[in-house]
This record gives sequence, structure tokens and C-alpha cells, in this order.
Amino acid sequence: MTFLRVVWLVMRKDLLVELRSREIVYTTMFFAVSCVLVFAFGFVREGQPMEDVGAGILWIAVAFSGTLALGRAFERERQSETLRALLLAPVDRPALYIAKLLGVLVLLAAVEVIIVPLVALLFQAPLFRHLAMLLALLAAGTIGFTAVGTLFGAMLARARSRDVLLPVLLYPITVPVIIAGVRGTSALLQADPDPAVARAWLSLLVSFDVVFITLALWTFEPVMTD
Amino acid sequence: MDFDSLTFHEVTRNFGRRRALNRVSLTCRAGEIVALLGPNGAGKSTLLSIAATLLTPSAGAVRYGDRTARTGGSQLRARIGFLAHDLFVYPELSAAENLLFFARLHGLADAERDVDAALAQAGLQDRRDDPAVSFSRGMRQRLAIERALLHRPRLVLLDEPFTGLDDAAVAATRARLSSLRESGCIVLLTTHDLEIVEHLADRAVVLSGGRLSAVDAGGTSLRERYRQAASS
Repeated sequence: MTFLRVVWLVMRKDLLVELRSREIVYTTMFFAVSCVLVFAFGFVREGQPMEDVGAGILWIAVAFSGTLALGRAFERERQSETLRALLLAPVDRPALYIAKLLGVLVLLAAVEVIIVPLVALLFQAPLFRHLAMLLALLAAGTIGFTAVGTLFGAMLARARSRDVLLPVLLYPITVPVIIAGVRGTSALLQADPDPAVARAWLSLLVSFDVVFITLALWTFEPVMTD
Repeated sequence: MDFDSLTFHEVTRNFGRRRALNRVSLTCRAGEIVALLGPNGAGKSTLLSIAATLLTPSAGAVRYGDRTARTGGSQLRARIGFLAHDLFVYPELSAAENLLFFARLHGLADAERDVDAALAQAGLQDRRDDPAVSFSRGMRQRLAIERALLHRPRLVLLDEPFTGLDDAAVAATRARLSSLRESGCIVLLTTHDLEIVEHLADRAVVLSGGRLSAVDAGGTSLRERYRQAASS
């Protein structure tokens, strides 16, 4: 069976399960919106947001809700040990990694569709001024964050302290993603936007994505065997 | 790929300091049902997981004919059917969706027809579109057995296959296992239901404290022979 066919089958199954339960999308979205609202209470005074906070809050909401989505995505595979059934299937195991990665990305994209306009509204951030560049930064950053998180999520699926260990392992490694995302987005939100700086941070994010997806594809099979 | 034997050679498996399996050697052949008996925590599920290529031994080797898990790869996994204690069933998906997903993952040419046949075998045709979460334990067990056998594996590994089954389902599962033996499958199963496998298994072995010993053939009841083997 082809690599892409396996990716499609597993991703479609994940999305069908989510469509039935709506557990991850609702909890993640609620969490992301709550996060933005809490920051709005702290950083918006008399209708005026503090300068330059929108970018940071947007990426914190993405990172926190992403962690929640990653944890729940693998918790679901753990409950009936279905991850072991996937590993027993006669398919390329890296295809399972790509399928889980794409499934979480679809859910996070749905969350971002809600929180980007919310951040733009509450923090008066001109996020839509350079929409294409913002979308590129969000896509590259979310892929990088999820690429690392999917590998760790799968590794920790059967660990006893997985809920604690996932952020402990994930955040230090994805710090470059968060920094590049915040700085790139900030460059677009300034009074005098600087797309060249945003492009430089985007290049860093794309490099991160290539390196970590390659590493994950290479290590997924050995780390999942035991 | 195909193979006609499963051989454990001096297989040891450690989990940290705990030794779950201690130099286990066993050969199972095509057309044979081997019952793996033993108390809780004896290492039965660990041995099945190793045979299913989901765990690697800390020492020793497992061979499938003349291949190993490493050399057999995905072609070997295509010939293994595994029913674990956790049933490998998605509770949100219906019975048909669960089977169809695994049938397609195994690349079955006529997945829809195979799924219909499996649902009939499990007696779940009238519940085919109901989510698995609404099933009783016995119904989920029947579904999981069919999921494990859907791709017509050569090596069938069953961890407590009779759990939760009513008398009719037990009889049907026994008949199914007999037909697997006749078709040349290698069947290795664990159970505590000794009366059920008494006249079904071709031979029985006991795992106790990670060590394997044979159960004497014939004579007294299997339960009596199991007690003797476990205590010796």
C-alpha cells in the first residue's frame, strides 16, 4: 500500500472519530479563546492594548492549545491501545506519523481561524494587513510545533506521567518556533511593517520544519517499537 | 512472505529491573493450537506482544520460519493477527467502520465483502452501524476477534479470546479456532478458561514467574495437569 494511501486512511479515521466526539476541537478552541480573553483582561486598559502584545498572545494561545490537542489525540489511541494496532499493520510506520501530524494540524487550523480574528479584535492588531505572510508564518510555525509534539506525543502515549512530560519535553525544543513566530508576526504588526524581517523569521521556521520532520520520520519507527 | 513455524529461542525480556520472561524457548507449528497458561503477571501477554513484533526481546531470538521481525518487516506483520487484552477497537466508530478501516490498512482487495463476512461471523450484522462504545464486552470481544482474523493471518495470537463471551459465542469461537487449525494457521492463545481449551488445544505450556514448562499430555484433566506443571 502506498505511503500516501496510509496517510489518507489514518487521517480520515482520526477526523471521523473527532467528528463523532468533537472532544478535541471543542476543548482546544475553548481553551484558546479563554487564554486570549484572560490576556485581554490583563493587557487591555481602557480599551487600549499595551503595545506589541498581540503577536505574543496569539502564539501563546497556539502553543498551549496545540499541547492540549496533541495530548488528547494520543490519549484517544491509548484508551483501547489502538496505537499498537496501527503499529501492527503492514504499512510504513512513518506514514502513521505523518497522518497523526496532519490530523492535529487540521484541528489547530480550525482553532486559528477563530483566535486570529479574536486577537485582531481585542488587541487592535492589524493582523490582516499582510495576510499572506501571516498565514505563512502561522502555517510554518504550527507545522514545526506539531511535528515535534506528534513525535513526543506518540512516544509518551503509554507513559504514566505523559500529561506532565509532554510540555516539559515539547516547550524547550519548540522555543525557536515560538520566538520566530512572535518576532515574525511582530514585524508585521508594527506601525511601519517590515516584511523582510518577517520573511527572515519565516525562513527559520521552514528550516526548523524540514529538520524536525526529517528527524521524526527517521526516528519514529525505532522509538515506537518498544 | 509465508512461514510454517514460530520459534522462541531463549527469549528474555526485562522491564527495568523486573524480568518478565526468563530464557523462554518454544516452537509452534502450522496447523497447531498451543495454549499458553499461567497465573496473572506470569508474562503471557509479554510473550504474545513479542511474537506480534510489538516488543523486542532483551535477549534471545524469535523466528518466523527462517525470518526474524527485522528481516520480515511489514510483510511479516501482514501475516500476523493479534487479539490483545485491550481490544484495539475505536469506540466512536461503528463495527463496520472499525473493520473497514483495518481491512483497508491491510490492503484487502475486496474490503467491503470481507467486512460483511466478518460481521456475519461475529453475529453483528444487525448492529453493523452502531458505535462500538454501545456494545457489551462480549460483542466488542467478538468484533475484536474478527478484526484480528480479517486479513487471514498465518500466525494467530489471542490473549484471553473467551473473555466476556456467552456460551454460544464460546462455541462459535472454538469452532473458528478449529477451522483456523485446519487451514494451517499457527495459533498461540492464552487463557484461564482451561475447560474451554481442554479438547481444543493440541498442547499446553505454562508460564510461571517468566519461565516456561510443558504440561504433560493426556491422563487427568487439563486443570489438574496445569496445577502440577505450575507447582513443579
